[in-house]
Amino acid sequence: MRFLPFFITLASFAQGLTPAALLKPTPDSWPTFNGDYSGRRFSPLAQINASNVHTLSLAWATRFTAGGAGGRGGLSIKSTPLLVNGILYFTSPNNVWAADARTGRELWHYQYPPNTGSTIGNRGVGMYGNWLYFETPDSNLVSLDASTGKQRWKVSIADPKLDYTSTVAPVVVGNHIIVGIGGDHLDNPGFLQSRDPETGALQWKWWTTPRKGEPNMDTWPDEYSSAHGTGQAWIPGTYDPELNLYIVGTGNPNPVMAEKSRKGDNLYTCSIVAINPDTGKLAWYFQPSPHDVHDWDAVETPILFDGVIDGKPRKLVAQASRNGYFFVLDRVTGKNLVTKPFIETVNWAKGIDAKGQPIADPKKFPTTDGVLVSPSSNGATNWPAPSFDPETGLFYVGTSRSYSMFYLTDTDDHPEGWGGLDSGAGNDGNALLAIDYKTGNTVWRHDWPSGNGVVHNLSTAGKLLFTSNGNNFIAFHAATGKILWHASLMAAPSAGSITYMVDGKQYVLVAASDSLYAFTVNQPAK
Amino acid sequence: MHYWKLLALIFVPCLIAQEPAFTPGGRGGPNQGDKGITAAIAGAKEDPAAFERGAKAYAANCGGCHGATGRGSVGAPDLVRSLLVLDDEKGILIAPVLRNGRPDEGMPKPNLSEEQIADIVAWLHVQTYSAGHRSTYAFMDVLTGDAKKGEAYFNATCKGCHSATGDLKGIGARYDAFALQARWLQPRGGRGGRGGASPSSNKPVTVTVTLSSGEKISGTLDRVDDFSVSLRDSRSDYHSFTRDGATPKVEINDPMKPHTDLLGKYTDPDIHNMTAYLVTLK
Repeated sequence: MRFLPFFITLASFAQGLTPAALLKPTPDSWPTFNGDYSGRRFSPLAQINASNVHTLSLAWATRFTAGGAGGRGGLSIKSTPLLVNGILYFTSPNNVWAADARTGRELWHYQYPPNTGSTIGNRGVGMYGNWLYFETPDSNLVSLDASTGKQRWKVSIADPKLDYTSTVAPVVVGNHIIVGIGGDHLDNPGFLQSRDPETGALQWKWWTTPRKGEPNMDTWPDEYSSAHGTGQAWIPGTYDPELNLYIVGTGNPNPVMAEKSRKGDNLYTCSIVAINPDTGKLAWYFQPSPHDVHDWDAVETPILFDGVIDGKPRKLVAQASRNGYFFVLDRVTGKNLVTKPFIETVNWAKGIDAKGQPIADPKKFPTTDGVLVSPSSNGATNWPAPSFDPETGLFYVGTSRSYSMFYLTDTDDHPEGWGGLDSGAGNDGNALLAIDYKTGNTVWRHDWPSGNGVVHNLSTAGKLLFTSNGNNFIAFHAATGKILWHASLMAAPSAGSITYMVDGKQYVLVAASDSLYAFTVNQPAK
Repeated sequence: MHYWKLLALIFVPCLIAQEPAFTPGGRGGPNQGDKGITAAIAGAKEDPAAFERGAKAYAANCGGCHGATGRGSVGAPDLVRSLLVLDDEKGILIAPVLRNGRPDEGMPKPNLSEEQIADIVAWLHVQTYSAGHRSTYAFMDVLTGDAKKGEAYFNATCKGCHSATGDLKGIGARYDAFALQARWLQPRGGRGGRGGASPSSNKPVTVTVTLSSGEKISGTLDRVDDFSVSLRDSRSDYHSFTRDGATPKVEINDPMKPHTDLLGKYTDPDIHNMTAYLVTLK
């Protein structure tokens, strides 16, 4: 009677997750990609804390099988699981699962049919009521019944013939399902869409680059280059309910490395944009990489928090951007307050302009004989989740002091696609950084002796920061940077870890490759 | 099924630029098979002879409006970014346009045989494949530097470890210029890039572990993280130690570290000059 326990709990969650509940998620849950709309990935749970984390131990581990293409090179769970009413929902490309958060037991597994879309990754599902929303490699939005995993409908959000691919976890705001797309090989237009939660019908579409007659068209040579300027928003954004702004980062302009045909700042690529989720209208923008030529998507989570800068309480948004700079903005206006490099090796900017944006040095644009640039195209950081702890006031981010040679390969007057290649030239080291949002200065750092440094973070009110290095899942003291606990898993953590509480017990959950691992403190402090 | 797209999934390790592909050596680099149009013809699964004939037929009949490379001009669309071309299989969509033109949109009816149409279709498929697949991109010209200045830089910076008549003798004959530039910049091979040098068998990283007793164990580093370190000693015996903060003391010596330290010091002309010099070491 495999499903019996599940059906017994049905009554308690038949109502599902209301949009109102997303505004103030209960502390025991993790109902959105980032846990809540702020993007902080900070949990108020403190049963697991700096005093007892040394006793953290495995509650369960479960390996999942896709039975098909679940990701390039085998199944890799790159989604942040949702936890709603004791059930976990998570994904890999073409696959969605539900599992019991108490035991790790699979409840259902949905498989999307084989298709030609890229299976580079999938960031997870969004939830509205008792419905789940999932993007497919061939750019369909699928709605599933959360109780059974049965497909309710699917709608196309982009033409896969243009080499679009979709990896984003849809974001639910009110009665809007906000979706983005990816893919930048064929200079395809970038956009955000809002879809109706009941039918999937299009509510609005916001192009990430201007169209005829719109503001900032003059940051492109012409309409054609803007329309093919790409700027894909491929990571879920954050949301401020008071301002009613959806704040999200956009990706690189196209052609990626050949900039001859797209002189100008190329708005709104490599930008942080604030969109009204009801209308799809742009409220403000800030551009971390004007006229990017290095593939430095500014999609890294723009984290929302309130703080004090220059003696004034402010509503803020902060991003550690792939280009190596840390930015803090006033999220009411988009006005820049802090700009500071967070890796020491950054060498591509001539300075900072009056708006707080780095000024790209044309000497570091790709050439046929190559230019040496830090960071590499993979960036000083990348999509793996940063975290902000309101109790320490620190912004945590995994970083890499990497270098690439950037080569121009397309010297045509109308370059297309990438138009260039880059070649990894080494790495001066990888570090976990804890950054003071008021200054951009690093308060503490941990240099890794080996392994990738661009990894996911989670902070908690237990004064803990969970992150990873190689196969090690690690807890730091969030204020001091001291390592307090670790466990070596069977693979490197592949998605952001979450924490939740069921039946009075707090769990920390992490995905690593094809498995989920849940840890608890088995001897809570008396 | 679009065969070229299926092929792309199989042969191109990274279709979109989102994520680091943490593979040593990168992609599409030097010495990794055919590049440029040859690779695009193979990738698009088109017949090279049809492609050649198609190139001539295109230039004679289409290039005047759509541009020599198919990327469009005033009044004639870019064919490489054309949805119709991207959606096409075996000419099913393209051929009717080539037979009839699009008089309502200003495209006259061309005078082409069915064979010419098939050849132009082949040529167009190769163009879209080529633009969209970095694995086919070819490096252009890396030898722009001044070999004399490169030699001076070498003498000032590299002679502590290297000799033009010793370890580097003949290096200019062993690699093409791009591979050489990638390799001397980072002999261990870059990571995560798209066109890096292949991993090499350079001098290994060594490690010395000093126990609390004062005993020292040295050897080739096997693996290190914050929680353990392991090594092979001179007899190839394996040693593994648990780490707890600063205990035991672990000292790592990477003989390639000077290469990494120099990354922050080179100018781009230094790099090009050095490559121009090293290729002369035949």
